[in-house]
Amino acid sequence: MPTINIDKQDLFEYLDNQYNTAQFRELCFEFGIELEEDTSEKFVLAPGERAQLKIDIPANRYDLLCFEGLTRALGIFLGREPSPTYRVAHTENPHRIMVSADCAQIRPFVVGAVLRGVKLTKERYQSLIDLQDKLHNNLCRRRTLVSIGTHDLDTVEGPFTYEARRPEDIRFVPLNQKEEMDGHRVIEFYETEMHIKKFLHIIRDSPVYPVVYDAQGRVMSLPPLINSEHSKITLDTKNIFIEITATDITKVNMVLNIILTMFSGYCSEPFTVEPVEVVYPDGETLVYPNFERRTMTTSTKYLNGIVGVQKSNDEIIALLNKMSLDASLDKKTNAVSGLLKKMSLSDKSEDSQIIVKVPVTRPDILQECDIAGCLGIAFGYNNIPRAQNNSATVGKALPLNKLTDLVRKEMAMAGWTEALTLSLCSHDESFKFLRRTDPGTEAVVLANPMTIEFQVCRSTMLPGLLKTIRENKKHAIPFKIFEVSDVVFKNPELKGTGAQNERRACALFSSRMAQFEVIQGLLDTIMQSLNVRHTRKGAAGYYLAEAELPTYLSGRSASVVYTDEDLNEVVLGSIGVMHPEVLVNFELDYPVSAFEINIEPFL
Amino acid sequence: MSEELKLSILNKLESENSIADTKTAFVDVSPETILGALKSLESQEKVNYKTLTTEFWTIEAEGQDQIDNGSYEARIFYAVPAGEEGITIAELNSKYGKVANLGQGKAFQNKWVKKNGSSIVRLVDSIVDQIKADLEVVQATGTHPNTNVIRDLKRRSLIKQNKVLSYSVSKGANFSTELRKQATDLTVEMLQSGAWKKAEFKKFNFDSLGVNPSGGHLHPLMKVREEFRQIFFDTGFEEMPTNEFVVSSFWNFDALFVPQQHAARDLQDTFFLKEPAVATELPEFWETVKDVHEKGGYGSIGYRYPWSQEEAKKLVLRTHTTAVSSQMLYKLAQEPYRPAKYFSIDRVYRNEAVDATHLAEFHQVEGIIADKNMSLGSLIAFMDRFFQKMGITKLRFKPAYNPYTEPSLEIFSWHEGLNTWVEIGNSGMFRPEMLRPLGLEEGVQVAGFGLSLERPTMIKYGVDNIRALVGHKVDLGMVETNPACRLDKKMGKEVFQSAVETAN
Repeated sequence: MPTINIDKQDLFEYLDNQYNTAQFRELCFEFGIELEEDTSEKFVLAPGERAQLKIDIPANRYDLLCFEGLTRALGIFLGREPSPTYRVAHTENPHRIMVSADCAQIRPFVVGAVLRGVKLTKERYQSLIDLQDKLHNNLCRRRTLVSIGTHDLDTVEGPFTYEARRPEDIRFVPLNQKEEMDGHRVIEFYETEMHIKKFLHIIRDSPVYPVVYDAQGRVMSLPPLINSEHSKITLDTKNIFIEITATDITKVNMVLNIILTMFSGYCSEPFTVEPVEVVYPDGETLVYPNFERRTMTTSTKYLNGIVGVQKSNDEIIALLNKMSLDASLDKKTNAVSGLLKKMSLSDKSEDSQIIVKVPVTRPDILQECDIAGCLGIAFGYNNIPRAQNNSATVGKALPLNKLTDLVRKEMAMAGWTEALTLSLCSHDESFKFLRRTDPGTEAVVLANPMTIEFQVCRSTMLPGLLKTIRENKKHAIPFKIFEVSDVVFKNPELKGTGAQNERRACALFSSRMAQFEVIQGLLDTIMQSLNVRHTRKGAAGYYLAEAELPTYLSGRSASVVYTDEDLNEVVLGSIGVMHPEVLVNFELDYPVSAFEINIEPFL
Repeated sequence: MSEELKLSILNKLESENSIADTKTAFVDVSPETILGALKSLESQEKVNYKTLTTEFWTIEAEGQDQIDNGSYEARIFYAVPAGEEGITIAELNSKYGKVANLGQGKAFQNKWVKKNGSSIVRLVDSIVDQIKADLEVVQATGTHPNTNVIRDLKRRSLIKQNKVLSYSVSKGANFSTELRKQATDLTVEMLQSGAWKKAEFKKFNFDSLGVNPSGGHLHPLMKVREEFRQIFFDTGFEEMPTNEFVVSSFWNFDALFVPQQHAARDLQDTFFLKEPAVATELPEFWETVKDVHEKGGYGSIGYRYPWSQEEAKKLVLRTHTTAVSSQMLYKLAQEPYRPAKYFSIDRVYRNEAVDATHLAEFHQVEGIIADKNMSLGSLIAFMDRFFQKMGITKLRFKPAYNPYTEPSLEIFSWHEGLNTWVEIGNSGMFRPEMLRPLGLEEGVQVAGFGLSLERPTMIKYGVDNIRALVGHKVDLGMVETNPACRLDKKMGKEVFQSAVETAN
């Protein structure tokens, strides 16, 4: 969720000083944004320092990412100002961007527009820079999908070209630098620069870099990295040329429209933008921007039903208008349904078709449900009457979890204490430390963990419980701990993921002596509670079959084998005295005995 | 001995009616022994007693040295021979060392001696060693009539204050001079012989604690989970099979209408898998999902980007249990319509830096309600009821954004301690772009809500660091001593806090 900084005094003045910080916080809450902080409440401001409001904006509301957009949306929400109509000026000879064929292989799309007669101030200039930053980091996916270049139109000359050239053939002075560089030098130069460094990977290894030139062959920008010093915007800039390059044609249009709608208010003819033609190599010519409002149809019955209110047509239209949506009754279909109603051919409930014109500032509105969301906000989520949902359903536990609880409670009643360990661990903890070798068919391995603590999903419960004892050295002996939870391992036979969970019960005993009979006693208790008899091979019940298992001391370990009513045998797990080397690996001083069994056969 | 002492106390009371001070009445008996006898007698209500505290001063080692050898300043005076010659400072220092240093100042101050060039000479012929005299008074009487003297001697660490406890004793309600042996416990022998009928039982001290039981203990997080499950069962929810940590990106994201460029799908937010890396297959309706992302449908314009099957096949550790909810809804849609309520409480994973409030894995509580009449109003009403069962009565809702729900909301509750609204969960109505490809018919609304299990547990049990609650660093002592979970009652710090508030 992006956070924006807004000048408190400017904002409150915009709202005619009718709000203090607490009241503004409430307004934000109702509108669906969040006032995180008023810097003047938290810090003592330096002389001359202006208070800032830090506001969290929902990730899909690109139209609220700057002062201009936020104040406009709030103004409309409060009914203080109408939604502006954004217009594309009619221009005889619009500026052109000629796209070369090579761009297709690196960054195929470009769009553009001109803001004419702009009055920039320090604040407006900063807001324009900040908005580009916010868009680059969010909608533009850190410039991989889209990147924005803004230029002083009066320093360059059209028609412009968008080309893809070998880095050594590109020469220019990057923004705020003095040195002329070629493409390779740009990469090298920004390698150590915090801000630009993270975008270098987007083009670095490409044989050609995308580049925007003016008619005189001057580089204007090297997308997605940097603009040129030559065409940079200053406070004196009157006419702004915007070019935006992209790999995603949908998002590049969103970005262009957001920038233009936010800043066209400063044009000599407010909210009016001069178009730019983009000519592709095949001769296709596209004109940007497209300010045409999308038309969506919805109905009062649907909207009332989703929100849970009973609003009339007029009320709904007024509420949607507060959210910058131009809503109106669909006269044609409503006339027909009105006629049917008069003839008593239709049900009595009021249902009118509503036509909503979605402004280009609201690309987040995809479907009717988004309009219902807007209606909810305009009405106030906290004003919606509570409606009971009375459909009767029956509560039911998952059998596996019911079984798990049974086993857990038996263990606790037997005097053992429940641990809660992580299901991720290091590869060594899962194998080497337990004196096991990784067969390669067991561990589910993570691709991108941040630490070695989380290399694999645990395929045994032992490491977590051994570490629990290690971290509780000050606890008096004996340790009697258990956990019933899932392990994860590969299962190539399983369609879909090829990995599966298994519910295991695991218990550890640690004291001055290993006392195998203690851990065995707990196993016996669990089996008894599950109605499984202690028996010998060949009879229904469970038995321990001596087994050489590397984790346990030789001669002191066994497999736990379960034989069901149909005399099918299944190995549930193992029990034994931990190998002293395992104890050393987990930094334990006292002997440990343990069992770990799969409880799923008892479902 | 103790029986004898008890008897002599009782006899003394019998003859004198009261004992003003045991210190003088029983000179040779230690206060501890007296107290033992009195406590025993008091428990039989034979006596009442009050504690008397007597303060007195004893001589420290340094004080004893000055009683034996004179005060430091006196020793300096005597070290200086009478007459004009006196003694050189160097000689005095070498002969008397530490004493010379400690005593000189006071001897000058008392105007007993003075400096004369490099020598020290007497100013008077004789002196009275007042310090030594005062110390002797303290030694003899345990105190000194002049409190200034006491203060001075104490400051010079020559004396030390001591306390002695003694008792004044009076007759109790059951006073008698006869002592009977008291039984400490009821025994099987007493039952068999009938001796319990005549036995006098020693009184219990009900202010002391009992012996710790040696039972086992359940983990607090699991206790809170149990409480939540009970709330879900009470409100008609069926538990989902969430024992599936590894899921495809398709179920975790794509089927939920989370676009493939969404930030949640970045490497720094989600654990992707190396082995196994990709799903072997996608569910048969994958093309419907592809279409709704690329082109829209069901009244939606979609996200309009090229959807990649490869991206959808990437395996992840599920980032939310909604990856399972979506599969449950898919199954539900295969059957004739019925309203359904599902819930789960299980582990989810985030590739986040671990700190006091974040772990790479945590437990998510999730509930979904599928019903034809579901509205934002009935969802909010349900939230009210659900959280009321947890003892949370003051809720409000903030519009929010979530890629797979609209309308979406964040749930805030009023926190009395912090005196502010805190976010406790998320909720919303699943989007048609998610529900319809799963096969749910138009008009079936599905609402979902989720919260973490750790957060309410930390609040309820007063745990500040999540690592003290989940993982191998958990203190087993904490597990063994934590209270039962009663979400609708005050617990842990909450009880303490309200007790303090009441007291104030």
